[in-house]
Amino acid sequence: MSEPAATLLQVDHLTMRFGGITAISDLSFAAKRGDITAIIGPNGAGKTTVFNCLTGFYQPTVGRLELTHETGKRFLLERMPDFRIARDAHVVRTFQNIRLFAGMSVLENLVVAQHIALTRASGYAVAGLLHLPVYRKAERRAVEKARYWLDRMGLTASADQPAGSLPYGSQRRLEIARAMCAGPVLLCLDEPAAGLNTRETNELSDLLRDIRREHGLSILLIEHDMALVMEISDHVVVLDHGACICHGPPAKVRADPAVISAYLGTPEDEAIALTRGRS
Amino acid sequence: MTIDIFLQQLVNGLTLGAFYGLIALGYTMVYGIIGMINFAHGDIYMIGAFVALIGFVVLSTIGVVSVPLAILIVLVMAMFFTACYGWAVERIAYRPLRGSPRLAPLISAIGMSIVLQNYVQIAQGARTKSLQPIVNGQYSIDVGNGAHVTVSLLQIIIIVLTVALMAGFTWVIRSTPLGRAQRATEQDATMAALLGVNVNRTISITFVIGASLAAVAGMMATLYYGVIDFYIGFIAGIKAFTAAVLGGIGSLPGAMLGGLAIGLIESFWPVFFDLAYRDVAVFGVLILVLIFRPTGLLGRPEIEKV
Amino acid sequence: MAAADRQRPPFVAMLRDSALAAVVAALLAVPLLGVRLVDNASGLTLDRRLPLVLYAAAAVFAGRLLLSLAGRYLAPSLRGMTASLPGMPRNSLVIFGWVLVAAALLLPWMPFAERNLIDKLTLILIYVMLGWGLNIVVGLAGLLDLGYVAFYAIGAYAYALLSMHFGLSFWICLPLAGLIAAMFGIALGFPVLRLRGDYLAIVTLGFGEIIRVVLLNWQAVTNGPNGITGIERPTLFGLSFSRAADGPTFAGFFGIEYAPAQRVYFLYYLILALAMLTTLFAQRIRRLPTGRAWEALREDEIACRSLGMNPVTVKLSAFAIGASFAGLAGSFFATRQGFISPESFSFIESATILAIVVLGGMGSQIGIVLAAVLLVGLPEWFRDLAEYRMLVFGGAMVLIMLWRPQGLLSRREPTVLLDPKPASAEATVP
Ligand SMILES: Nc1ncnc2c1ncn2[C@@H]1O[C@H](COP(=O)(O)OP(=O)(O)OP(=O)(O)O)[C@@H](O)[C@H]1O
Ligand SMILES: [Mg+2]
Repeated sequence: MSEPAATLLQVDHLTMRFGGITAISDLSFAAKRGDITAIIGPNGAGKTTVFNCLTGFYQPTVGRLELTHETGKRFLLERMPDFRIARDAHVVRTFQNIRLFAGMSVLENLVVAQHIALTRASGYAVAGLLHLPVYRKAERRAVEKARYWLDRMGLTASADQPAGSLPYGSQRRLEIARAMCAGPVLLCLDEPAAGLNTRETNELSDLLRDIRREHGLSILLIEHDMALVMEISDHVVVLDHGACICHGPPAKVRADPAVISAYLGTPEDEAIALTRGRS
Repeated sequence: MTIDIFLQQLVNGLTLGAFYGLIALGYTMVYGIIGMINFAHGDIYMIGAFVALIGFVVLSTIGVVSVPLAILIVLVMAMFFTACYGWAVERIAYRPLRGSPRLAPLISAIGMSIVLQNYVQIAQGARTKSLQPIVNGQYSIDVGNGAHVTVSLLQIIIIVLTVALMAGFTWVIRSTPLGRAQRATEQDATMAALLGVNVNRTISITFVIGASLAAVAGMMATLYYGVIDFYIGFIAGIKAFTAAVLGGIGSLPGAMLGGLAIGLIESFWPVFFDLAYRDVAVFGVLILVLIFRPTGLLGRPEIEKV
Repeated sequence: MAAADRQRPPFVAMLRDSALAAVVAALLAVPLLGVRLVDNASGLTLDRRLPLVLYAAAAVFAGRLLLSLAGRYLAPSLRGMTASLPGMPRNSLVIFGWVLVAAALLLPWMPFAERNLIDKLTLILIYVMLGWGLNIVVGLAGLLDLGYVAFYAIGAYAYALLSMHFGLSFWICLPLAGLIAAMFGIALGFPVLRLRGDYLAIVTLGFGEIIRVVLLNWQAVTNGPNGITGIERPTLFGLSFSRAADGPTFAGFFGIEYAPAQRVYFLYYLILALAMLTTLFAQRIRRLPTGRAWEALREDEIACRSLGMNPVTVKLSAFAIGASFAGLAGSFFATRQGFISPESFSFIESATILAIVVLGGMGSQIGIVLAAVLLVGLPEWFRDLAEYRMLVFGGAMVLIMLWRPQGLLSRREPTVLLDPKPASAEATVP
């Protein structure tokens, strides 16, 4: 990465309340361009809620979420509706409970992700209805892009199957592929390794590093697999009860007593994995 | 509008609201428990009205003269037979479709509604049936300046009966094992079944209760309007469903409130505007309310968990 | 319970079950079928018809028994038969579709095609077109619309009023009617499309009723319940189908004998063309971003939003396009009848169209044709049943739904393939 490591995302004083529950309280952190920034914390710490605020699914009670593109263009995410955050600010996410278009084919999932570009190419359906060459070319490009991601994810063989019929691990990869097809600047992954076996997790870790490098992407990662987090992230933010209890490079976070005690209340092997890193 | 007209329309609106509220409860309960619009529910109400009318004629033929006794017998009879219809409709047309695509039971319900309407039309004839007024008392209340408001005994009976039923019904849902089973099934049918709730039976009972409440409304309509035909279920049904949605579908107090709201709109509309457009007003208010409160008046505004 | 059933001979269990059903049927029949209210000079009296209760119970007993017997002994082979329906390879469905089109084109030339048949087919085709139009809204976009008939009515009245007051010809009014219906679709859709599924259903139902009530009461414009008569009949490039007209007539221009059936045949081809337009449009747009967005929205709205689609515009486009086809069908209806009144646009029409879509298999173009033939065609042929017709219609709706909850043809074909194979190669894939 040759460009200056400017801040991509700046979160300030983010607070989210649901009725009486305060899911996030006064959270501030920053994510640098080109980094993999991990958000970790015990169950219910508020990680997914941070994503939901970032991607516009929830309206934060208080807070400022500022995203700066490489061009210098700035977006105040808390003021934008969800679809505009994806469309204009290019923040694209995956979901903790996979949300694919289950009845549509794998390939269609990837083509739908390129909706915005394709709609323009089809002249808002007019050129498409007339079957003009402009549209045909654009569609072919979209399919080629999809083919690239199918190859990357090892899903080419099942391209024409319904997405809902894929095994769990493949569905997780397809969801990442779909997000990539939407052309993200910031990719938000909510527990991408959940439910994967060791081999699949290792592959995922290589994949994330590769696509970050090749596509000049920044990643925000929620993950419970500490070995994975410690291995690939540049920066870690630890949440507990909606507040940031520690942040910094993996080595620092791993050694932090507050983090260890927050985790010791939860499954022990996680805490141990946290202190040891990947074995 | 003078005070006497206001009070008069208020009383009339409350009475109408009682009908709609009772029918709306059936919609909202079924929607809450299996998430479907029971399109045939309006026709169940119509059947309740017919059974009640037939009941009154039977009683007068065999010479029962005591009005309270007749009303009581007819009430029980109408509730029983109508509940049988409610049970049978669920058993025949909806239960086999549990777990099917969402629209399948809806179409089946629309088909059932057509069947019930035409069945009654064939069995009882298409002509409007009318009944001599049975309950005749009337009270005139002076509201000052020589103006007065008329409240009929029947209106009092209707309102009191409805309030009593709704109170009893709320108690059943809140505090009996049946109500608990029902609320459990509503939240998660699979989990409830695992924990030993007989889901099929609970759903059947929901239909039976809904149908009996509709039967009460039907009997009251027979007495109040004195004329019924096989088609009354359709319009009453969609208005009651509108009431359920207006109040927040799935919410029992919402159904009662929604029914009341629709009743009041209907009774006050003609005071100011053209009676012919009354239904437009009802649906117009529904659309307006939903635009500003997409989950209805008492429906919990939900943030979708992502 | 299940174990006990197994020990007993199955036939006894069936008998017991059927007897139970008969008892319930008798119970249901007693109050409504067993007595009939009769209007007399002295008020209402009762007419006892208890034998009917027995007949009903007997019929239910026999029916139930036959059903269980059939379920036991015929079900395996029957299931084999019906299961092959959705499994039909794509090719044979496409071929079947074209065969249907060819048959529809040639039919009027067949010797058995008398005027009556063509008339009925025209009616069926109206519903096929409406089904294809509503399928865009319900089948593709997943928006439950219970008031589709409102747009049909708007199209019909738009045509009638435009041609009456401005003297515009059918061919100018047709697209205008579609446009006006689409505008109404947008006007209704804009505020309400944010609502969740079933809320939308009741709002659209209410909208349908609002339109009907307005048509009934806005005397000055719609002539109320009496409707509009003398609607301009369609012409073929200005050639009228009357015996004599101000302008040139069809018969006169081609130098053939005038026959009233000519208009019937013309109307048939007209609705066939309109219906084909609808299905070709629907099939093409399904393969475009717009159509894929509809389906994606039906599958998961949240995921759509996370990919940058604006759900409101996606839904609005489906709603408006669906409405415009209803508008086109409506103006055809008006021109065919020459007379329209609010009575033709009641809720039962919306219900029928929706049933056709759901029964067809939500998205299958051919399924919708089959469903329209079943639901509209069969009752037409059984007009002799008179008052039993609607009873049979409703019963059929229930039974068919129980028989095939997924619809007649419910397999979905992807809109794009990674490596489209030549059609012949595909057919050989097992
Ligand atoms: N829509 C909502 N309504 C009410 N409470 C909510 C909502 N969304 C989240 N919460 C609450 O906010 C808190 C944080 O939830 P969140 O899903 O962000 O946790 P998490 O860190 O992602 O946990 P996990 O590791 O289990 O995914 C929880 O107490 C949750 O119940
Ligand atoms: Mg989470």
